[in-house]
Amino acid sequence: MAEFKEATAGAGVGEKVTVWFENRFPTAFSEYKKHLSEYYAPKNFNVWYFFGSLALLVLVIQIVTGIFLVMHYKPDANLAFASVEYIMRDVPWGWLVRYMHSTGASAFFIVVYLHMWRGMIYGSYRKPRELVWIFGVLIFLCLMGEAFFGYLLPWGQMSYWGAQVIVNLFAAIPFIGPDLALLIRGDYVVGDATLNRFFAFHVIAIPLVLIGLVVAHLLALHDVGSNNPDGVEIKATKDASGKPLDGIPFHPYYTVHDIVGVAVFLFVFSAVVFFAPELGGYFLEYNNFIPADPLKTPAHIAPVWYFTPYYSMLRATTDVMVNVLAVLTALGALAALVGGGFSGKGKLAVAVAAVVAVALLKTFDAKFWGVVVMGGAVVILFFLPWLDRSPVKSIRYRPVWHKWLYGVFVVFFIVLGYLGIKPPSDAGTLISQIGTIFYFGFFLLMPWWSRIGEFKPVPARVTFAAH
Amino acid sequence: MSKSEVDSSRRNWVLATAGAGAVGGAFTAVPFVSSFQPSERARAAGAAVEVDIGGLKPGEKLTVEWRGKPVWIVRRTPEQLESLKKIEGQLADPNSDRKQYPTPDYAKNQHRSIKAEVLVAVGICSHLGCSPVDKFQAGAQPSLPDDWPGGFFCPCHGSTFDMAGRVFKNKPAPDNLEVPPHTYLSDTKLLIGEDKKA
Repeated sequence: MAEFKEATAGAGVGEKVTVWFENRFPTAFSEYKKHLSEYYAPKNFNVWYFFGSLALLVLVIQIVTGIFLVMHYKPDANLAFASVEYIMRDVPWGWLVRYMHSTGASAFFIVVYLHMWRGMIYGSYRKPRELVWIFGVLIFLCLMGEAFFGYLLPWGQMSYWGAQVIVNLFAAIPFIGPDLALLIRGDYVVGDATLNRFFAFHVIAIPLVLIGLVVAHLLALHDVGSNNPDGVEIKATKDASGKPLDGIPFHPYYTVHDIVGVAVFLFVFSAVVFFAPELGGYFLEYNNFIPADPLKTPAHIAPVWYFTPYYSMLRATTDVMVNVLAVLTALGALAALVGGGFSGKGKLAVAVAAVVAVALLKTFDAKFWGVVVMGGAVVILFFLPWLDRSPVKSIRYRPVWHKWLYGVFVVFFIVLGYLGIKPPSDAGTLISQIGTIFYFGFFLLMPWWSRIGEFKPVPARVTFAAH
Repeated sequence: MSKSEVDSSRRNWVLATAGAGAVGGAFTAVPFVSSFQPSERARAAGAAVEVDIGGLKPGEKLTVEWRGKPVWIVRRTPEQLESLKKIEGQLADPNSDRKQYPTPDYAKNQHRSIKAEVLVAVGICSHLGCSPVDKFQAGAQPSLPDDWPGGFFCPCHGSTFDMAGRVFKNKPAPDNLEVPPHTYLSDTKLLIGEDKKA
């Protein structure tokens, strides 16, 4: 324990109170310094760096509005739909709380997708920030779970059939699948039991994990320090007192700076909440205003927009696609054998792995591989820190064609998302198959392509022009 | 601490205690995980359903609920039955040989039913559980091939089924529509959920 401090003689009431607390709860003071007043963040943050604090803001919005919604909502298959309508029509200001929560869900994904994109282009996942990135991907997974469980609660047609489709994804897993799907649903079809447990996951289980992960994400970030658009380590250049020369204290500099971001965000957020809460059926699907009917599937089922890129990949995995994947696996193995520089044992391992992979591809249904592709598209993000082998972190110092590649990646991601909203069509399937292959090629071939090209020299200090 | 010798007797006891604790923890998890299974009430709700199909005209479909799932009863027209013969080459599993949703022996025929004209099938796509829609009208139409023989179309992922619920090749759905156990109590009384063997 630290020494007991004494207030200076003749100190005012304010100082005395502060000292009283400092003696009894010093952690509050040291943590405040560590995470705010003496956390040095690079001074060259640009607009992309708003989305981290905005994600925190949306989390708070979701938790607060969620608590108020739970006060009126009824997790019962016979009452749920009506209770949501009750919130919308009869509860004073209930419509606002509900629209904030539903818009907040989409806002969360917009903000998080942009936050992840920032990490990708500036190499924020590279050493020593691998764990920051991994905690982040876990948060993303939790968000997807949160969104999926929450979407069942209004008990509309889309809620019901969306859950039906996603739970049946698990049934595609060989051997254990059907039992696993039964365990998730708690009934032979999505029903009251499913609604009740999804409610429990949505309001207690996942939020607890989510908050824990957010804390881990921030603590790990503050241990290693923030990256910046130049990908330069500011801790490498310190002044005499040991403070990074290119760093500024988070409070007050970035707290004030982030308020600007918050203002702009709330501007857009309020515009959606008040003038277009359904946003043309993208934020709240029209079919979800019809109560769930287990006997009638809506003419067209599509997940909410933030899941559609992955949903497209699921739909793209047809029998033909599985054959293409088998051929690509074989070609990849062949390339590794010829040019991979493996030893004799390594070559044998590659060959055996490829044969097993192709055999498995042909053994199980395309349906199962669709689920694998969909899950793999998210899981592959965990490995990004080790896939990227480029000598520089930031896209600023990478070859021009790398920028184009990242651009094409985004375009494909958006196109996949768009196709996932549309009803299935032959042309759409073909394009999403190409998109899926590009998505996986982008990541799986990254260890090779990220090293190729002419990299620009990285400066020792961050580039920053004072305003 | 590092200098002093490890008291291996104490360490073994610590390991044994930790191990016993882990086993106890694993056993404690059993009731929690088991509580995810369908409740006794949900299991009991799976009783058989009796349906009168006397009023069902050729080309019409009746939907009843069994175990919370839609079960279709379709009285097929002679033309629709005729269409089943021509398209066997386009089907993934024309003889219903796959085992994922085993077809009862009495329905393991071209029309997949006890009575040739009456189809009884669970209206849930074997892909991801959507309920396909009726597309009994043959011929070209949106989302369907130009030589469409009539059947069912799943709006979720585009799987197509013929008038006997058999899935077409190279579609997301791997299996034909499930034929539930069923039996005729009389000429027009159908019992869904039980068959004679049971």
